[in-house]
Amino acid sequence: MLSFTIRRLLLAIPTLLFISLVIFLLLEASPGDPLADVPLTVPPEVRERMREALGLGDPWPIRYILWLKQFFWVEPLHWTDQVFGTSFSEGMQRIISFQSRSPVFDVIAQRVPQTLTVVGMSYVVGVLIAIPIGILSAYRQYSWFDQIGTFVSMIGFSMPTFFTGVVLIIIFAVNLQWFPSVYDTTLEVRDWDSFLQQARQMVMPVTVLALYNAAQISRFMRSSMLDNLGQDYVRTARAKGLSERVVVLKHVLRNSLIPVVTVIALGLPAVFGGAIITEQVFKVNGLGQLLISAIHGNDIPMVLTLTFIFAILIVVFTLVADILYGVLDPRIRYD
Amino acid sequence: MTDTTRTDTDPLRAAAGNAATPEGISPPIVPPQAEVATRSQWLDVWRQFRSHRGAMVGLVIFVSIILFVSVGPLIWTIDPTYVDIRARNSGFSVAHPLGTDQLGRDLLARLMAGGQVSIAVGLTAMIIAIFIGSLIGVMSGYFRRLDAPLMRLTELFLALPLLPLLLLMVTLFREPLSQTFGPALGIFFLIVGAIGATSWMQAARIVRGEVLGLKEREFILAARSIGTPSHRMILRHILPNVLSPIMVAATLGIATAIITESALSFLGLGFPPDFPTWGRLLYDAVDQMVLYPWRVIFPGVLISLTVLCVNYIGDGLRDAMDPRIRGR
Repeated sequence: MLSFTIRRLLLAIPTLLFISLVIFLLLEASPGDPLADVPLTVPPEVRERMREALGLGDPWPIRYILWLKQFFWVEPLHWTDQVFGTSFSEGMQRIISFQSRSPVFDVIAQRVPQTLTVVGMSYVVGVLIAIPIGILSAYRQYSWFDQIGTFVSMIGFSMPTFFTGVVLIIIFAVNLQWFPSVYDTTLEVRDWDSFLQQARQMVMPVTVLALYNAAQISRFMRSSMLDNLGQDYVRTARAKGLSERVVVLKHVLRNSLIPVVTVIALGLPAVFGGAIITEQVFKVNGLGQLLISAIHGNDIPMVLTLTFIFAILIVVFTLVADILYGVLDPRIRYD
Repeated sequence: MTDTTRTDTDPLRAAAGNAATPEGISPPIVPPQAEVATRSQWLDVWRQFRSHRGAMVGLVIFVSIILFVSVGPLIWTIDPTYVDIRARNSGFSVAHPLGTDQLGRDLLARLMAGGQVSIAVGLTAMIIAIFIGSLIGVMSGYFRRLDAPLMRLTELFLALPLLPLLLLMVTLFREPLSQTFGPALGIFFLIVGAIGATSWMQAARIVRGEVLGLKEREFILAARSIGTPSHRMILRHILPNVLSPIMVAATLGIATAIITESALSFLGLGFPPDFPTWGRLLYDAVDQMVLYPWRVIFPGVLISLTVLCVNYIGDGLRDAMDPRIRGR
């Protein structure tokens, strides 16, 4: 197991390097010019100096290596400085955003809490809804509950999140006026009232994403439960005279959760991607919104760093899913 | 279809005294006319498919949506881009059954035109994805030397953050492509190519798995022993047998492609404004959703309905194509 983990970790390094190169070259091939907004009255030599100042003067391999150094060396050093009060990173250039002229990671750090509260919450809610639904519809296969559950989950992942979001806004924000349609990120939770306000504005985005996730996870839960319910050990457990409750919730559920846990782990990075749209619908200024504004603004360092962080999330969670599967299911051997 | 011809030729070969039947099926002792009715594989699949109620409803609705967007414009001949500013924001009336938008363009005509583009994007992107996917899947399943590098490539693509990359590709390359091919066609190529190039991985993995299993079967061994060259082996023996997983993956691929296209349009990165697609119509209507919620609902419902139908068809196909379930 340990050797498998180490091998996979080592394999992840070239993968990530390659992905970063692909993203970098894609951005490099783009016709967009970060200096396009600079007025034409600026003389060419000044313009050239501005390019140099943005670090655009060097050929691309040098800039790529420089970015790698900044991402993997300067930034971690900076964080250790922040935590321990040391000064390793003194005089080193961090990754600077073209748009805001502030370090990219500072901007990202400002946006992460919004994304995490909304996306994280919705994933938790989605899983909590999906697992009981999956259990029940597998246990009562082809009952009306199962039929409705199947239909609703089919609708759930057929409706794109931007449509469900807009429909919820029309119903609950415009017509009923229960919840605000725009997520207010300046709100600070200090007392009970502001907490209620925060909860109210989180209801709709969380519902949209949770429905979408629950639809997929409940399908996996159902089919995994069905696989296990037909096994011999279930018959044995019943023959021993165990109660249905114990049979289903102890014996079957535990075994069925193994593949579902890995699916949940695999789905997490995709949720960050899907949140781009939901954040746009509800005007949550999280990571997705940051990415889109950076793309529109030709902010190459920001786009590169953000996309690469998404890639890291995917690689890491794939690895986590594989390891979890091996840990949870002793029959799986990675050799 | 190849399967039917193959089973037809089988008894002939057996009758010719060919001891080693190429397909590994035991030579038929029962003469062909003893069978009650001719049963082809596709007839069986269709029979099983019909018993899946959700899939049949899905198929009927999907066909009517396709008729709506393809035949509809021949009957409802208002130009979807015709601006009639005096009739703007009109409600449901005889002249405009679904009303008009803020520029007085007829919503029904726009929905039809938008559907054409959305479904065309879905189909074309799916074809590209399935082509790349089955090519890579067959190659890595069949040729052992190619297996490791191609699967590494697939894993690399699976690790890419797709939506951000799609957004990136579409934003960065829309200008040069629309200059070469014109705004509409250029964006179409771009979106279709981008979606196709980023969604073939699942198909490749499924096909590879199937091919790996098939390669161990006796009929492949028999075909190889009579000296079948690789290309004919793949085209005649492997591809027809992996057709069912490919078809299921293709159906589900249409759904993903339609959703991705409308998501891009919704983020304002899809087709140009005067070129309606369902996602674009939804995006344009979001600004006025307080006053005219129907303009959001119609395209949204059409997207969801199409995707729902396609998903159900895929579900039914998967059941119908699986011989273990069939006949039960």
